Amino acid sequence: MTMFEAILLTIATAATPLLIAALGELVVERSGVLNLGVEGMMVMGAVAGFAVAQTTGSAWLGMVAAILAGAAFSLLFGFLTLTLVTNQVATGLALTLLGLGASAMIGESFVGLPGVKMASLYIPGFSDSPYVGKFLFGQDPIFYISILLTIGVVWFLFKTRAGLTLRAVGDNHTSAHSLGVPVVRIRYLAVLFGGACAGLAGGQLSLVYVPQWVENMTAGRGWIALALVVFASWRPWRILAGAYLFGAVSIGQLHAQALGIGIPSQFMSSLPYLATIVVLVLISRNKRLTLMNTPTSLGKPFVPDR
Amino acid sequence: MMRIEIVKRPQHSALFSALSPFIALFLTLIAGAILFSILGKNPISALYSYFVEPLTEVWSIHELLVKAAPLILIAVGLSVCFLSNNWNIGAEGQLIAGGIAGSILPVMFPDLQGWYVLPIMLLLGMAGGMAYATIPAFLKVRFNTNEILTSLMLVYVAQLFLDWLVRGHWRNPQGYNFPETVQFNPSAILPEIWMASGRAHWGFILALVAAVLVWFMLSRTLNGYEIKVLGRSSRAGRFAGFSAGRLTFFAFLISGALAGLAGIAEVSGAVGQLRTSISPGYGFTAIIVAFLGRLNPLGIIAAGLVLALSYLGGEAAQISLGISEKSARIFQGIILFFVLASDTLIYYRIRIVSRAGDAVAKGA
Repeated sequence: MTMFEAILLTIATAATPLLIAALGELVVERSGVLNLGVEGMMVMGAVAGFAVAQTTGSAWLGMVAAILAGAAFSLLFGFLTLTLVTNQVATGLALTLLGLGASAMIGESFVGLPGVKMASLYIPGFSDSPYVGKFLFGQDPIFYISILLTIGVVWFLFKTRAGLTLRAVGDNHTSAHSLGVPVVRIRYLAVLFGGACAGLAGGQLSLVYVPQWVENMTAGRGWIALALVVFASWRPWRILAGAYLFGAVSIGQLHAQALGIGIPSQFMSSLPYLATIVVLVLISRNKRLTLMNTPTSLGKPFVPDR
Repeated sequence: MMRIEIVKRPQHSALFSALSPFIALFLTLIAGAILFSILGKNPISALYSYFVEPLTEVWSIHELLVKAAPLILIAVGLSVCFLSNNWNIGAEGQLIAGGIAGSILPVMFPDLQGWYVLPIMLLLGMAGGMAYATIPAFLKVRFNTNEILTSLMLVYVAQLFLDWLVRGHWRNPQGYNFPETVQFNPSAILPEIWMASGRAHWGFILALVAAVLVWFMLSRTLNGYEIKVLGRSSRAGRFAGFSAGRLTFFAFLISGALAGLAGIAEVSGAVGQLRTSISPGYGFTAIIVAFLGRLNPLGIIAAGLVLALSYLGGEAAQISLGISEKSARIFQGIILFFVLASDTLIYYRIRIVSRAGDAVAKGA
């Protein structure tokens, strides 16, 4: 395997959790709900995935547990914001704080234990082909799932009737409601989907990326995923591009640290966070464009009148 | 099959407005009892060692005040932000910036002594927190950039910067390579309130003063009125001639200054030197304090004490029951959920209806 191939592969592994979590949040926000709890759902997915894989020895069972944990956790957010109409920003923050705390406690007995790593694909012949063989045919299953998920979300949002309805709910929940669309039910489903995606992204972290459990191991990736949705102006294909851009930044800084180029490691480590800020500024400075792309009902409370 | 329905009240309920923090705390205790039962502990004795035991000894009441000081300082600042619809969630970073800026004097000029050292440190700490909070405020006003994401990203940057500083240029040359700065000299230490009995330092008094001042500003001045009007409706505020941009700066500067003050007070009063980590997440826990205190600075004093108690309770439960002290963070998260859920009762009636559509039970 050449250096080029190795870097390409690590970029994909770093980009995949961002991509999956951001796709989930994209669907949630397209339905008009702002869930700032991505970091919390992700870290719950990571700990649940690790714990189940560690006890059963199966990475796949771990991944299923991660998805279920993220989805279950998102229901808590759904119940508060959709049924009790609480403030979405504050509730999302609460979800993140609770997730970080609960995962720290659940994971305490798993710290330092060897994890289970999900095996990568290997197709004789194909996986060994030069340059892109490993990238196309030799990665872990979650990579392929993330690409399929991107295509699936594009297809769902823009080619199906259900996707159209979901976008209508996000753009104007009052008119959607008056047309007889079950706004709250659709939003519950969107929130559940977002939670499942965040859980899967967390599972990828603890079962593929670094097969171990470390407290706060998401390290802000949930927040970066939220930033990606804004960066992508709520378009799935742009999320794919953005996730790989961020993957490249975070892998690039790691390689630069390894080469020892004389810049303190702490400055290199802060690059992904600084890059997030820069990118957000570049995207949001065009106020008109942002307003045009933002789902109009995003973050607004909805109480159906009867 | 039952369904929960909510109906908007014609007027918000003053009763539930006052009751909701207490309902939230009560529900948290019940949830805690269930959690402890699941862990196989006697819920009553667990709750006792969590929430009562720390209050039975003088030294631990001092510890309570040590932990409450930064929580109250930060949450009071955050109340100004949240009331005016500025979602500053990067107080943890502003706390670190204040801790670093305030430590310039005792670390770089360790021989400097005199009455003036401490006031300059506190002022530098506030300035540091303010400067750091200016970044998300500026980006929001000038470029319309989401302040939630920028202020949060800056937390990670501040943590890494502190780490670099304490392992690098500011490391104590005589410190056996530990990542710590020099011990501050006595004139750079925030004194204890009542030295004979425990560790509580003047940071708590500063927190009380800040809470009263901000309460006065919010409830008795035009500035406070402006904050509330713009927070509720930016359109109405604009018609009244209030500037949202100016208010964003104002809110971020106040909360940055108070978080910075919390940072330097913690470093100088509780720790006595700068380390790679100077806060167990006070900046985030303060978000919970702000909401539990119903964004009212006087309520925040009480809420700060409650959340400080949860930190101590976690430690006590670990020692006496063998429950991880991390359980405290679960409690803190649950409190916020219940606070937000109880706040629904202020604006809505809650009804439980069966599928057929007729009301089974009517909540208040």
